[in-house]
Amino acid sequence: MFSLGDIMAEAFGLILTWDRNLSEIVILSLRVTLSAVALACLIGLPLGAVVGAFRFPGRGVVTLLLNTLMGLPPVVVGLFVYLMLSNAGPLGILGLLYTPTAMIVAQTILVTPIVAALTKQVIEDLHGEYTEQFASFGLTARARVAALLWDARYSLLTVALAGFGRAVAEVGAVLIVGGNINHVTRVMTTTIALETSKGNLQLALALGVLLLGLALVVNAAVMALRASAVRAAYA
Amino acid sequence: MRDMVIESTQTCAMPILTATGLRFATGGQALLHGIDIEIARGRRTLIMGANGAGKSLLLRLLHGLLPPSSGEVIWQGAGRAQAMVFQRPVMLRRSALANLRFALKVQGLWGRAREARAREALDMAHLGDKAHQPARLLSGGEQQRLAVARALICEPELLFLDEPTSSLDPASTQMIEDLVNTAHKRGVTIVMVTHDIGQARRMGDEVIFLHAGRVAERGPLDQVLGSPRSEAGRAWVQGRLYTGPAI
Amino acid sequence: MFRRHLLSLALAALAFGVTAAQAQDDFIVVQSTTSTQNSGLFEHILPMFQDKTGIEVRVVAVGTGQAIKNAMNGDGDVLFVHAKAAEEKFVAEGHGLGRADVMYNDFIIIGPPVDPAGVAGMTDVVAALTRIAETQAPFASRGDDSGTHKAELRLWNEAGIDVQAASGTWYRETGSGMGATLNTGTGMGAYVLTDRATWIAFGNKGDYRIAVEGDARLFNQYGIILVNPERHPNVKAEAGQRFIDWVLSDEGQAAIASFKLDGQQLFFPNAGG
Repeated sequence: MFSLGDIMAEAFGLILTWDRNLSEIVILSLRVTLSAVALACLIGLPLGAVVGAFRFPGRGVVTLLLNTLMGLPPVVVGLFVYLMLSNAGPLGILGLLYTPTAMIVAQTILVTPIVAALTKQVIEDLHGEYTEQFASFGLTARARVAALLWDARYSLLTVALAGFGRAVAEVGAVLIVGGNINHVTRVMTTTIALETSKGNLQLALALGVLLLGLALVVNAAVMALRASAVRAAYA
Repeated sequence: MRDMVIESTQTCAMPILTATGLRFATGGQALLHGIDIEIARGRRTLIMGANGAGKSLLLRLLHGLLPPSSGEVIWQGAGRAQAMVFQRPVMLRRSALANLRFALKVQGLWGRAREARAREALDMAHLGDKAHQPARLLSGGEQQRLAVARALICEPELLFLDEPTSSLDPASTQMIEDLVNTAHKRGVTIVMVTHDIGQARRMGDEVIFLHAGRVAERGPLDQVLGSPRSEAGRAWVQGRLYTGPAI
Repeated sequence: MFRRHLLSLALAALAFGVTAAQAQDDFIVVQSTTSTQNSGLFEHILPMFQDKTGIEVRVVAVGTGQAIKNAMNGDGDVLFVHAKAAEEKFVAEGHGLGRADVMYNDFIIIGPPVDPAGVAGMTDVVAALTRIAETQAPFASRGDDSGTHKAELRLWNEAGIDVQAASGTWYRETGSGMGATLNTGTGMGAYVLTDRATWIAFGNKGDYRIAVEGDARLFNQYGIILVNPERHPNVKAEAGQRFIDWVLSDEGQAAIASFKLDGQQLFFPNAGG
């Protein structure tokens, strides 16, 4: 029906005829996703580091829970956040439904378990190497977590990337809590869904190619950073 | 002459650390059986013995990295400033200088004073030109020098070393020994695990000789290496394999 | 340093979101349907309203069933859908203040050129559905409690056919929006009941054509309701009412009539009619 060439041409055309609408959508996509990933890191990095570095009762349960939550269906998260933020819900008073903030909240919930679970893995391995040295230094728990997170920083960039990948490609949650409102909460994935439902499959695919290109740029930037870190034996 | 000095200090030196009835068992197997030793303040004590005798384990119990199954390690006096150098140096994923800064930061030292101390320690370890190189890209000898400098930077009273030169070439070994001896001259008590008899003769004042998780011999270096009283000790000095009881 | 960067990044992120949320207070949320959105009607008429009043209209386009539920939760100021019975129930239960007809168009049944049920050209929709059921030709249904879905079920009911019994065989419920159902239906060679506006605007028709049209029972009425501010104090009653008044005014009605795609008028205003 469509050739790959047609789709690439359309994607290229999108870039050539770049208009304000498209900028709006791309910028909002990046804003929502990057904000959500930043918040998820703020919560998930320390959480994952604590679970990775310390033995405590219930650690196995927490690990199991984090690993399970990695598979949270976006639609379920969207519904949950909708019910919280709906005017009939407990947080309706905040008036956040159908705003980018609601989308950030939903994606943060979606991404935090991924960041935490992967961080746990990275930190656990590193801690195995550092544990005697840290005990010898007489480090406090807080200092341990801080030092582990800092020394694992380049590996954790990859963790953040995994979260970014999940968030940027997600449509189910942002569609429900954002409402795909033109000029307000319309992002790349909801636009793709909309264009698909309008039957504009070629345009939808071209937008998909654009989204992929965006993810490629972000990934390439992080990988370049990480590669230089690997050369310096920091990762 | 040397014998005399050792004898006299042996009797009048105050112990910095006393271990009584140290036992360590894991997985139902006892690895150390009731160790009673004293570490003399200001001296260089070597823990020696064959592989699997329990040397490194004893060092970890003394340093406090592991809790004993029974018995205790008692510090004599107020301070408990101690540090340890491991057989394989654990370098943080930072520059050489930042590794030293980290140790000082743990002690609550900040700012210009910290920077100056870190630089000084780096120069002492002959690593002044490698300040900003990633620590993990240094050679094995350089890494171990950095590890010793990092251990000494916080001015411990007692420095533990676990076979610090076992994988180093003679020149690197020499530099490590110099660093340790310099610290000793400044008054730092040294406890070092080694099974290099040559190194023991260069570095040792006292020797604790372990066999199969027990103290087989202890005393001044020349006595233990020169005229061991136990069968295990004699076998060790002569380079024979010995699997009998400790005493 | 890394962590400090992270913190400032997160704070910036929050600030971003919050400012975006509060940037414009002069707006209303309209819960509406995919047919009005996908056809492009809103993009045509809303700028006219905003130019005149300065009020931004934010449209959440979902199925009529979900739109009504969202409005019941107070998540919207105006309800603009097409399921008259459900709308009247909404008002009767006190969720909305009054209901007014806005416009209409009609439903059609589209089908593949091979026409396996032989219904092409029929104008009696009930007879056509009966023939589809008899030949067990594939039929794709929205199955999502939307206005179109409700209309379709009403027609099956008139034909005396229990489609639930056939669900999963020739009768296939997609459980999704109009566009998605058209994509699925045309992909599987099924007949689909759709509103004409969505079909005309649909970009993936393939070789499909209109099989059944012109029956009075295929009439599709759109209505507009202000969500009851007494039940939901957050409802922007004044701005919402201004929008409703404008849509029902001569100016608003003319705006709807002037929306054309490929030279065809998609919605026919009938306020006050």
